[in-house]
Amino acid sequence: MAYDYEKSIRPGKLPHIWCPGCGHGIIMKGLIRAMDTCNLDRNNTAVVSGIGCASRLPGYLDACTLHTAHGRAAAFATGVKMAKPEMTVLVVGGDGDGTAIGGNHFIHACRRNIDMTYIIMNNSIYGMTGGQFSPCTPTGALASTTVYGNPDPTFDIAKLAIGAGATFVARGTAYHAAQIDKLIAEGIQHKGLAVIEILDDCPTTYGRRNKFRSVIDMMKRLKDIAVPVAAAAKMTPEQLEGKVLTGVLHKEERPEYTEQYAEVIKRAQGV
Amino acid sequence: MAKKVALMQGNEACAQGALYAGCDFFAGYPITPSTEVAEVLSIELPKIGGKFIQMEDEIGATAALIGAALTGAKALDSTSGPGMSLKQELLGYACIAEIPCVIVNVQRGGPSTGMPTGPGQSDMQQAMWGTHGDHAAIVLTPASCQEIYEETVRAFNLAEKYRMPVQIQLDEICAHMRERVTLAEPGELEIINREKPSVSPADYKPYDATKGMVPPLATYGSGYRFHVTGLNKAADGFPTTKAELVDAEERRQIDKVMFNLADIQKNEEYLLDDAEVILFAYGSTSRSARYAVNELRKEGVKAGMFRPLTMWPFPDDRVAELSKQAKAIVCPEMNLGQMVREVQRVAQGRCTVAHIGRVDGEPINPGQIIDKVKEVL
Ligand SMILES: Cc1ncc(C[n+]2csc(CCOP(=O)(O)OP(=O)(O)O)c2C)c(N)n1
Ligand code: SF4
Ligand SMILES: [Mg+2]
Repeated sequence: MAYDYEKSIRPGKLPHIWCPGCGHGIIMKGLIRAMDTCNLDRNNTAVVSGIGCASRLPGYLDACTLHTAHGRAAAFATGVKMAKPEMTVLVVGGDGDGTAIGGNHFIHACRRNIDMTYIIMNNSIYGMTGGQFSPCTPTGALASTTVYGNPDPTFDIAKLAIGAGATFVARGTAYHAAQIDKLIAEGIQHKGLAVIEILDDCPTTYGRRNKFRSVIDMMKRLKDIAVPVAAAAKMTPEQLEGKVLTGVLHKEERPEYTEQYAEVIKRAQGV
Repeated sequence: MAKKVALMQGNEACAQGALYAGCDFFAGYPITPSTEVAEVLSIELPKIGGKFIQMEDEIGATAALIGAALTGAKALDSTSGPGMSLKQELLGYACIAEIPCVIVNVQRGGPSTGMPTGPGQSDMQQAMWGTHGDHAAIVLTPASCQEIYEETVRAFNLAEKYRMPVQIQLDEICAHMRERVTLAEPGELEIINREKPSVSPADYKPYDATKGMVPPLATYGSGYRFHVTGLNKAADGFPTTKAELVDAEERRQIDKVMFNLADIQKNEEYLLDDAEVILFAYGSTSRSARYAVNELRKEGVKAGMFRPLTMWPFPDDRVAELSKQAKAIVCPEMNLGQMVREVQRVAQGRCTVAHIGRVDGEPINPGQIIDKVKEVL
């Protein structure tokens, strides 16, 4: 039987705004399956995003949804979670939203280890504004503001998250669709700040400029560069050149922020 | 029973007023001269099971404020000039998404880092126009510790009633001076809480204004699943670019304030009945102005003071009337000409409008005001 996505989609909100071939829709389907796996009560689930193509996702989901300002999703979500810790809080957004303008909120959410799951849809570009380079655009790549090749070094989002203190960090790709829900579900079940980076494609503003002839070519690239962590352990540095690791990259236990604050309340009340 | 009276600083009175109003969430970032508001609430909020969070910057603080407010919290944030500049984008978000919350700006010298420990009143126009796009603003300007306490309660009430951000504009002098404050007994001051939807979750539209200009606001996690966005939206909360829907929503969000001026505006009128020269003053400057009025009266000059406690929406009607009565309106402000522009706009040349500006970090003293009054009369 075909999976029933409809029950999680807001009635009347489709079709979505994404271009044909855009990976964002694949990730949304993975997220819906993960919400199901975790039996999330949509009345008690907040889905918070910033601004960008990726950030339009919450509008389609039948939950408590908050489409905020560019880069600020993690901070809005922190307010929701802090004020109502019993809610499940999911943050979704693009690479630009999360790591450029929102970088400060991103690292501090990781540092606090507040119990939220942050899904970054990394298509290596500012899609919505027409393809300017983001902190995740490969050096040398072409973008509307780097027609001579991108001079900027590139963020490794997973390393950034681990360095900042996230206690669950995973990476998947839009090609490996069947893995997306598993990674997100594990992130939701993890207590603390979970970052799930999904490598994604933007055929419209990145693919065309960077000589990908079709969406299939872009998907093939995702397939080719991804190496599961277990397989990577058996590979040489030369073999790993140009590859990215996928799967659960980091997992640790550390006190969660709202639980820490519950202790503050106890101390303040002298109990 | 004896009333609870305490000697406290303006910033502390603000925190106490917030607690009385039912504030249960604070998010902020430290900045002089506002920090005591945060410090007091970091101690007091956990005692009542409330939440205090120090965010990574002022933008994050306003973001957290809005997120918390959507879960039903009554949320406060305090800052000063540089922080207020950072907050502007999200202040606009709270306007368009209609999120009740209160932001305190303890004004200091500026622009930029300016004079962190010196008083200023230079953010008065920013309070109205700082965020981009057309919007309404409610901005309160108390002038004593007692008034800061009570006006903070009123700020929360207005935020909840009109479902919007309300700003309290203090200045460093009001924020740091210490005065006797009589704390209200429970039930003594009116407390207003936002209207919750009376319809079922299935029928709920977060911007449905058919029953009144301020639509009820549901709470995340209470069974109502709704969408909030900073995009122009229709009654159901989802983005729209339909011209007539956008126009109607934009206008309603301003009209909900402008059609309720009698409820929102508040002024003090001091010896105005026969006044020929009127001081238009607010915040700590109004304290010098009151002294000046008394001195001028002793010398036989018919002086009076008009003191807005609600600065925005600006008291157009009353100032227009006063401009017909007075020979001159004199506006002392710790800036180089901000609210005087509104007085001039409204007076339309019917009387002399003069300004006394000071931006050297020193308060405007009564002598300066008296000299100016004598000069214009
Ligand atoms: C404060 C602010 N600055 C700039 C923008 C313009 N802007 C909108 S979306 C966007 C980039 C989005 O890129 P990303 O987050 O990677 O999402 P994508 O569109 O690629 O999915 C930018 C720069 C904005 N909306 N707000
Ligand atoms: S512009 Fe790119 S990111 Fe945006 S919807 Fe189209 S393909 Fe997706
Ligand atoms: Mg992107």
